[in-house]
Amino acid sequence: MTLIHILIFSLLVSALVLTASQRWRRWSLFIISLVSVYWLQPAVSLRQFSFWFPTASIGLTVIAWLVTRHREKGLSREDLAALLFTALLPLLISLSRFLPEGWQLTASRPPSIYLVVIVGSILVILGFAGEWLEKWSRLMSVLLAVIVIGVFIVLKIETLSVWASSLLRGVTGQSRNLAASTDLYWLGFSYIALRLLHVLRDYQSGRLPAVSFLDFLTFVLFFPAITAGPIDRVEKFASKMQNAVAPTASEYFSGAKRIVLGIFQKFVLADGLAIIALNSTNAVLTRSVPWLWVLVFAFSLRLYFDFSGYTDVAVGIGLISGIQLPENFDRPYLKTNIGIFWNSWHMTLANWFRAYVFNPLTRALRKGRLKIKPALIILIGQLVTMTLIGLWHGVTWNFALWGIWHAVGLFIHNRWAVFLNARRDRIPSAFYTSKAMRALSLILTFNFVALGWVWFALPSVQMSWEILMRMFGGYR
Amino acid sequence: MTETQRVGKGVMNISWGFIWRVLLKAFVLFAAINIVYALLNPLPVLGRLSLYNVLFPGRLRLPYGDDPDRSFNITLSHLDAMFAAHEMQSTDKSEEEFRVLVIGDSSVWGFLLEPTQTLSAQINQKEIKTEDGRTVRAYNLGYPTMSVTKDLMILKRGLLNHPDLIIWLVTLESLPRVSQLDSPFLQFNPDLTRELIARYALDLDPEDGRFENSTFWNRTIVGQRRELAQLFKLQMLGVLWSGSGVDHEIPETYNERLEDLPADLDFHNFMQGDLSANELAFDVLEGGVQATGDIPVVFINEPVFISKGENSDIRYNFYYPRWAYDFYRQELQFQAVERGWVYVDLWDALPPSEFTDSAIHYTPLGSRILAQDIIGAIKEFLQEP
Repeated sequence: MTLIHILIFSLLVSALVLTASQRWRRWSLFIISLVSVYWLQPAVSLRQFSFWFPTASIGLTVIAWLVTRHREKGLSREDLAALLFTALLPLLISLSRFLPEGWQLTASRPPSIYLVVIVGSILVILGFAGEWLEKWSRLMSVLLAVIVIGVFIVLKIETLSVWASSLLRGVTGQSRNLAASTDLYWLGFSYIALRLLHVLRDYQSGRLPAVSFLDFLTFVLFFPAITAGPIDRVEKFASKMQNAVAPTASEYFSGAKRIVLGIFQKFVLADGLAIIALNSTNAVLTRSVPWLWVLVFAFSLRLYFDFSGYTDVAVGIGLISGIQLPENFDRPYLKTNIGIFWNSWHMTLANWFRAYVFNPLTRALRKGRLKIKPALIILIGQLVTMTLIGLWHGVTWNFALWGIWHAVGLFIHNRWAVFLNARRDRIPSAFYTSKAMRALSLILTFNFVALGWVWFALPSVQMSWEILMRMFGGYR
Repeated sequence: MTETQRVGKGVMNISWGFIWRVLLKAFVLFAAINIVYALLNPLPVLGRLSLYNVLFPGRLRLPYGDDPDRSFNITLSHLDAMFAAHEMQSTDKSEEEFRVLVIGDSSVWGFLLEPTQTLSAQINQKEIKTEDGRTVRAYNLGYPTMSVTKDLMILKRGLLNHPDLIIWLVTLESLPRVSQLDSPFLQFNPDLTRELIARYALDLDPEDGRFENSTFWNRTIVGQRRELAQLFKLQMLGVLWSGSGVDHEIPETYNERLEDLPADLDFHNFMQGDLSANELAFDVLEGGVQATGDIPVVFINEPVFISKGENSDIRYNFYYPRWAYDFYRQELQFQAVERGWVYVDLWDALPPSEFTDSAIHYTPLGSRILAQDIIGAIKEFLQEP
């Protein structure tokens, strides 16, 4: 989101607060969210894909709702109206191709309406297949989850995304030689995928409550949270939508403050620090060890301010529109151990993986036939979970190693905590509570996290290893 | 749910009226700060505040760079800020120092050279002593645009640093009167440019339409946001400069200067016989001599690539048809004699192999050879009574 996006969203939502009734507020949030998917999608080299990526996001979400909805309730008038609007929107956007250059909502001229009708029809058929084949809806939900994970993997593995880009370039009649992974810049798909997987998984386990089409689509594509989260839970979000009342002056003020704070963090602090944050160019050229540490710390802070700033903007816009989004950060760099750090860094992502990976996995290992020691279960759970969190950022060895780095850190901390607990009566409480101990723990935790970012920031394992060694006086 | 219940932890219980008042006050404060800022116009002072030479070592050449992410450098137009980042500002001149300012275009700045390979750096590596025992210390004040008026502006500012000698490298491309004010550096400093025009009676248009004239609006914080961002960025880039010593991206490969040339006799729309001394800004060079007063200036006609390829019978290189460059050399020699300038012609001092991507950019070896020649000129000058 740029400053212009934030300003327009804030003004739009403020106008809603002052004018719309509760019912229309829900509808407005739904419409803004759908339209924003097109508006926020940046231009991509693949011809007309600044239209097709948003359309596919909407299509997948519609199918997910059709597959997972509670059929006993039937389709309400609101559902039908929202479905109709959702079906007509791509057509409307497509019609904008006849407007003068620069008047389109999408980053490039949208495709011909005939093409949109054909693809839309296929999507509708696919969606209603789930409806008609009610007994197979569970299988459909599995299939959809596989598709979502498949697309996610293609987008995150460079070789696959270049291959997919080449394939799509063939379809659009563009040169295959120019295929690049950047062609597949699908706005917000990482977050859309997690929301859809959460819904599909809850549906499969019978925990998914009935959610209206309007609330479901707004949940997945909610405009403040589509680019960088946070990741809410569908039942909570739907409840907020249903109970959404106009924000009080206090809530509005609090939301506006969060937006201003977020803008400051993102566009002043993060963008300022970005100049000196560790990257593959400055890592190689920097010869001085102390300045190398400065680059790593700058990267650590930049990442935090960037992400936390976006979250503040998202939560702020949510607040002024009457929707309380979950928090994502709680002063993570001031935490005194890695466990608490992960309870305060990208909290909604960590919670997602805790709920859908760590807990089921450790539960399965505990109940399995093999007698595995609890410590080993924790190690396996943390290794798998953290590696997957790493791979969610991009399927590379570096992201995997970043995840493993944190898993090992979490495990060591876990064992340390167990060790200390067992000796709690022999160690004076002042040892735990002293300011010096707190400061030492904080410095240790921050530096552990900061060093972990070396894996995250650089493109190759060899480069990351060399930089880590140089930071401690090795190599050159 | 009552309003009191919905007001969460840490959220003040406030009214809409309060919000409107906050908005109004914020707007008034924002406007007031901008107005006061515009009235005070603190940008010149802000430009002089620098972490260079305090937290970071001063740069060996003036800030210039198109891609800060790769060159760890930035192009800006604030002259004081550029000088504040330069190593010359680090300390007051000592009695043991014989200070030489080297002025000119990108060849002096050292395009495609590391900061330690430029002419000034090569001169310093020779550790020359004057007869009275002072060490010659050369400072790189080159800047990569072709205009002697830009050189004059930098020279004027450099005089505040008490030089003992000015070495000013010139070439024909920096002299056409018609292109003197093309440099964005001059356009973004219209007041300083006008001052030069007026003080040294330069035959240039003080009301050039491309000048970014100061208005009340562009003196506000909002109006100066780009300049302020540049100043901030320059300071931040000091970290990368300190850590790496890099201030210029030198690609592994580049397009070499043209050997085969077009059969074109045109020079800045002049054809043979059209170009007169009046079309070349020798008055700017004279302005430099006037500005320096008692401080001697040595003009050097910088080396140029001499092609042996196609059409080299009518052109020396991409920049110069032979007739124009021959005329320029002759005229510069004449002007030097007429005006009593110290002048050294080094136009063919380097072999063709020592030029890189342009007819005036040198290889490290070329830079060393030229530095040796310049040292010769300095020594000769120092020995003169």
